[in-house]
Amino acid sequence: MDDLIDLLQQNALMPRPDMARLLGLDVDAVNSAIAKLEADGVVLGYQAIINREKWDADKVTAIIEVKITPERDGGFDRVAARIAKFEEVQSCYLLSGGYDLLIVIEAANLRTAAAFVAEKLSTIDAVQATATHFRLKTYKENGTFHHFAAAADRLAVSP
Amino acid sequence: MSIAIADHVRNIPRSGIRDFFEIVQTMDDVVSLGIGEPDFATPWHIREAAIYALERGRTGYTSNLGLPRLRRSISDYVCRKFGLAYEPLSEVLVSVGVSEAIDLALRALLNPGDEVLYHEPCYVSYAPSITLARGVARAIETSAEDGFRLAASDLEAAITPRSRVLMLNFPTNPTGATMDPADLEEIAAVCIRHDLVVMTDEIYSELIFDGGTHTSIASLPGMKERTVFLHGVSKAFAMTGWRIGFACAPAALIEAMMKIHQYAILCAPIMGQDAAIEALERGDQSVEKMRKEYELRRNFITGSLNDMGLDCHKPKGAFYVFPKVFGLTSKEFSLRLLSEEKVAVVPGTAFGASGEGHVRCSFATGLEQIKVAMERMAGFVMRLRSQAPAG
Repeated sequence: MDDLIDLLQQNALMPRPDMARLLGLDVDAVNSAIAKLEADGVVLGYQAIINREKWDADKVTAIIEVKITPERDGGFDRVAARIAKFEEVQSCYLLSGGYDLLIVIEAANLRTAAAFVAEKLSTIDAVQATATHFRLKTYKENGTFHHFAAAADRLAVSP
Repeated sequence: MSIAIADHVRNIPRSGIRDFFEIVQTMDDVVSLGIGEPDFATPWHIREAAIYALERGRTGYTSNLGLPRLRRSISDYVCRKFGLAYEPLSEVLVSVGVSEAIDLALRALLNPGDEVLYHEPCYVSYAPSITLARGVARAIETSAEDGFRLAASDLEAAITPRSRVLMLNFPTNPTGATMDPADLEEIAAVCIRHDLVVMTDEIYSELIFDGGTHTSIASLPGMKERTVFLHGVSKAFAMTGWRIGFACAPAALIEAMMKIHQYAILCAPIMGQDAAIEALERGDQSVEKMRKEYELRRNFITGSLNDMGLDCHKPKGAFYVFPKVFGLTSKEFSLRLLSEEKVAVVPGTAFGASGEGHVRCSFATGLEQIKVAMERMAGFVMRLRSQAPAG
């Protein structure tokens, strides 16, 4: 199962017969294993990694540190869920350290990003403070390089 | 005038791999399964440590035996992975790849005419290195039916009063053969009975599949004192170009090897030695990641080869499969596969006469390349079968 999850994480679009051959299983076994991972909620979804310089270059990504006051009953979870539900929010993590939540937002442009922070995020009662960092360039995302291509020539035949 | 070359050098045949390489060099779009080195670049943390060392100006000679710090790393690593305790400052020598260590050990051990036994098919350098050290190379054939393991009875039968050394290489290049502890115990008993020195080249020992473990013959009772344990960072850590190998052996032998090494080589390059420290001390995770990838590719390639009707056992180690071909000799098969389908494999005979009937396919190549190679090879084999129905 570990190997199958690794393969899905590297390239979820790899043809199932190839996956089967790599894992030494038959295609039906791979299909049902993937179906089970999906049904059990282990695999939550599949996404493409987009090079923002080539597509939708105006889109803004911001990483926002959020300090919040936990609620007496819900702790951090309820506030986090409330923030995560905004459709601008792509990712939301609870962290240890100097602030509590780290959120990643995407917005059509700088103005909408700023509006989200000023009007939606900061106005939530539990939010004490925010610090917003705008993405300038992506070098690596989810294990995939955006910029460097490494190629090394090997001898065509060697002992 | 023509310069006369020494007889014992002139009589050494050129490597079969080199002949083949020269043909491949002239062609475009070849998919090569002929490469005996990892397709991964050295893991970044190791490269980065080497860059840092260079920045600090570490560019000089080292002690002949290698940096003391590296020798301690080697001693710790060998203890951790193989259960072997070597004294870092007197029982460890850092060499320019395992190839140099093999040469040093042979030259330090052999008197002219002494016999060295080794199992075949085997790495291309063994027989020539023995000859260059003025020894007599005695191959012991192994077979696919036996999983290319060395049988104690075959070893015993090959021993003569001149036999001094047994060379082992498990997991084996080119067959991927491995030995169980019980097999090794039988070999060890023969070596003790006949007072043989064992040189064990365990360069592929981290690349073991199916959850198996590797046992070094040096760890068996009574063996450490008669064994030269040879290893290096090339294969498991994807560090072929750094040229760092090492030998662990009783101090008197290391001292003798060092005499040759200091006059011929002086020391292994310090850049490689600094990188090797990082690899051995902090490289386990990188190795495991690559090992896993090799294991999946092995499944892919053995599945494909068996489907197309080229019989091949699933190797339990290294990164080679050694399928049986039919209808043609190894060399004809490889040459035709190359010219008709542009797929390079290495003829089994490059690894000794007993490799006839087989070709070596390396799976230290990206999956996409392997897929293309398997498709082309399947087409070739199908044509071959229709031409030679007797196969």
